[in-house]
Amino acid sequence: MGAGEGALAAGLAGGLSVQGVSFAYGAREALRDVGFSVAPGRFCALLGPNGAGKSTLFALLTGLATPARGRIVAAGADLGRAPRAALARMGVVFQQPAIDLDLSVRRNMRYFAALHGLSGREADRRIDAALERLGMRERAHEKARALNGGHRRRMEIARALVHDPSLLLLDEPTAGLDARARAALVAHVHDLAEDGVCVLWATHLTDEVRASDDVVILHRGRVAAAGRADEICAGRPLAETFAALAPAEEAA
Amino acid sequence: MSAGSAPKSAPESAPESVPESAPGLRGPGAPGAGGARPAPRLGARAHLAALRAIVAREALRFLTQRARFFAALVRPLVWLLVFAAGFRAALGLSITPPYQTYVTYEVYIVPGLAAMIQLFNGMQSSLSLVHDRETGSMRLLLTSPLPRWWLLSCKLAAGCAVSLLQVYVFLAAAALWGVRAPLEGYALALPALMLTGLMLGAMGLALSSTITQLENFAGVMNFVIFPTFFLSTALYPLWKMQESSPLLGRICELNPFTHAVELVRFALYGQMNWAAAGWTALALAAFWALAMVGYDPARGLMRRRAR
Repeated sequence: MGAGEGALAAGLAGGLSVQGVSFAYGAREALRDVGFSVAPGRFCALLGPNGAGKSTLFALLTGLATPARGRIVAAGADLGRAPRAALARMGVVFQQPAIDLDLSVRRNMRYFAALHGLSGREADRRIDAALERLGMRERAHEKARALNGGHRRRMEIARALVHDPSLLLLDEPTAGLDARARAALVAHVHDLAEDGVCVLWATHLTDEVRASDDVVILHRGRVAAAGRADEICAGRPLAETFAALAPAEEAA
Repeated sequence: MSAGSAPKSAPESAPESVPESAPGLRGPGAPGAGGARPAPRLGARAHLAALRAIVAREALRFLTQRARFFAALVRPLVWLLVFAAGFRAALGLSITPPYQTYVTYEVYIVPGLAAMIQLFNGMQSSLSLVHDRETGSMRLLLTSPLPRWWLLSCKLAAGCAVSLLQVYVFLAAAALWGVRAPLEGYALALPALMLTGLMLGAMGLALSSTITQLENFAGVMNFVIFPTFFLSTALYPLWKMQESSPLLGRICELNPFTHAVELVRFALYGQMNWAAAGWTALALAAFWALAMVGYDPARGLMRRRAR
């Protein structure tokens, strides 16, 4: 196996490998030679100030756009060659909530399950299991509108787990949540990683990252640092390291 | 299946070659054999499950949004009850096929209004894709592992189903008002309305994927709905238009919406207009192809709007 295969191993094993990815909106470069990988069972925080390219990267990781250069191997499949195989094993929580507020939690979940080809009792069984995992089982019959922000997010995460993905992508899932809901969500998703799910968690808030997590710091479309949080920081607080590596820009 | 059997992920079923202790970043080069579990096969049942869910969701959303339902019904009824009443005196219609006798203006514009409902419906659903709450749900849709052409087809079918619902409620209301077609016409119009509904939905889908400037409804009204509607045979027969301006008459002739209207008009009176059906089908194919290009991740809209 060549060096290239080695770098893609995490992705092939059900995690995520990004290699030499570049992307531009017309003349404006959004990502340049981005590369990192996340092994199964790891929680990786994608840290970057607004405008660093996090959302662009998410669009590429979820197949909504195709990189001009580079390779992405996610959840065991090459996104360029077999995007649908990758999507089948990938759970995504987008920054913008995608919930039908007038439908119950269960109905919302059923809709999503059907998009993954799951229906009937099999779908219900998986929905129950996923809700249970996020401590939301007893809310299955409530209307989504009745849930608070934190619970809506948890529902979306449960939904992203219905098809039992090996890779979970979350794009700023804590945006707009209060401190308590945020902490609860962070804890829940860390638990998922401990269960073996590979998690990529985009954020610009360093307090959501634990010392043992992996971190990829994105700045102006490039990887400024990647590694275990405590190793990158070398004793300094992560917030300080982050501010030094990726200073926030004026109204990016 | 208790909580304990909750779907656990990768490790237990991943191939043994995966180093359990792989440090997160830059994991050592495990021989990349096979990787995680293979993706489940998505057969015909999975495709149908998605179709059912997408159509049911769209219908349910439509029924729960009373305001939208009401607006969809009131708009054509205002045209029928107010506009047509005012214009029946101004516009003299001669006998044009498929009508075999003189018809009142109300009777003449009913097929055009039915098509207008579908036009609005197609534009509205596409507009909601471009610029509001629906963005998230479109992403949800497009990250499904089912083929994209199938997902967009389902979306189209769902929009068409909703438009059929609207059209038949409108036709019933018109019948109550006394504007009736032959009874069998209502059944025969169904396949025609399906085709036109799909065509106009595809037109909206194509627009939503290619034109990012049309971000508000006013823009769509001015630049899409009004020209499409007024430069067609919805409100006046083709010969009338040709009489007043050959150029406008020519545009009317080329407008796919004209053919949609005529297809519905003929079907409603138990006749088949092959030319109209052909042009409508052709327009459907063209808009469909455009939408597919637009939603292709390597090109089109997502490239520009991915953020």
